[in-house]
Amino acid sequence: MSEQRSRTESYTVRLELEDEPGELLRALDPIADHGGNLLSVFHERGNLTPRGHIPVEVDVECHPDRFEDVVAALRANDINVVRAGQQRYGEEVTVLLTGHVVDTDLSDTLDRVRNCAGASVVDLSLSAPEGTDDVASARLRLAAESGSIADALATVRAVADEKDLRVIEPLAPEGGEGR
Amino acid sequence: MRLAIVGAGAVGRAVADLATSHGHVVTALADSTSAAVDPDGLDVSAALARKDETGRVGHDDPERALSADYDALVEATPTTLGDAQPGFGHARTALERDRHVVLANKGPVAERYEELMALPDRSEGDVRFEATVGGAIPVLSTVEDLGPERVTAVRGVLNGTANFVLSRMAAEGLGFEHVLAEAQDLGVAEADPSFDVEGTDAALKCVILANVLSDGGYTLDDAEVAGIRDLPGSALDLAAEDGRTVRLVGEATREGVRVGPRLVPENGTLAVTGTRNIVQVETRDAGRLNVSGRGAGGPETASAVLADVGRLPA
Repeated sequence: MSEQRSRTESYTVRLELEDEPGELLRALDPIADHGGNLLSVFHERGNLTPRGHIPVEVDVECHPDRFEDVVAALRANDINVVRAGQQRYGEEVTVLLTGHVVDTDLSDTLDRVRNCAGASVVDLSLSAPEGTDDVASARLRLAAESGSIADALATVRAVADEKDLRVIEPLAPEGGEGR
Repeated sequence: MRLAIVGAGAVGRAVADLATSHGHVVTALADSTSAAVDPDGLDVSAALARKDETGRVGHDDPERALSADYDALVEATPTTLGDAQPGFGHARTALERDRHVVLANKGPVAERYEELMALPDRSEGDVRFEATVGGAIPVLSTVEDLGPERVTAVRGVLNGTANFVLSRMAAEGLGFEHVLAEAQDLGVAEADPSFDVEGTDAALKCVILANVLSDGGYTLDDAEVAGIRDLPGSALDLAAEDGRTVRLVGEATREGVRVGPRLVPENGTLAVTGTRNIVQVETRDAGRLNVSGRGAGGPETASAVLADVGRLPA
């Protein structure tokens, strides 16, 4: 028992919640349900993201084997997980795709990015003002293990090239461009 | 110094206009069909007035400007690609006459760098080209002062027209064609804007920077270039939702040249608005330098030309 206890690790999970009653509870329930021990919840009410969401930072203690389940349960509950833990998603990068994004099979595009180099599409926004069979834009936030972002971007480029889409990349890996 | 100015567009005219206030004398001024030459110093305003009235600066053959009496030739003819003529030939003629050359014309420096830089070896004259990158912004002299070997990369927003279009698209939620038409009405974009919006102009500037960093080896063909013509407004909307925006950014390193629309933080250093340009110089020992200002325009570019003239050995 004590050995089991000593193997728990703490993780920081960053969420973005809709500004609606009950959302925080909906986000915390799956953590407890999957054996996560809540250490702290930092609820930044009043500090909205550009899309009107509320950033929440949760420190969770759990067995490393269970952490994946916690994150999966959050995502299954449609909770927007921006960052989960330190190692698994060490880096994030945001890219835009433009062109016939939707009618070139968007889910195939996303699947192929997900299947590469341990990358994960943690957020997707779509804008198709001319309709889904015309030129549209998508914003993808990708998370990958440290050092794998370049591979993830290379996959995005390759898929985009094949589907005649444009990729608009950040100038440097996230945070590289000084403000 | 006595200056001969070849090219009487916005830059050549502004150089002629401002030369006196910098203590120089203009002994020749040529456009594509004529020249005005006076070894004692031209009446610049008369020549420019004649240009306005008749389309010609003078009555001489344009070639006469190249053989006139001068210490430095200012090459301000339109940028041409490939063989970079007639600009390259003008520079060669002047250097073969042991005269200095100051270029505002990007063609020879981007497309024939090694040949151009070999010319001063057999000449008493020097060649300088500050005005080819970043208009009034001292980009190349900054790199020169630091020492190109101590600069690891130069990147920036180097085309005011493209930046104006992107800023307006983001601020007003308007489409590319609409904003471009507006830019043309305002005189910010030319009737044929392809050089600017397809990234060629920014790429030429980055090729010049890469040549300076690597002591040659690059032409426009070596640059990876994407423009902004097919950028939908929805892309800028999505970027803005996330606190970002899109800028046409050029990057020059010893590994190559890349120009294309890139995501940058909305309030970040590179997100300059309107026709403003910005250049970031990454240095080995001194971190990052940011220099911004007006990247185009007659008097702005002329100020860079005249700064180069001031750097020439007397």
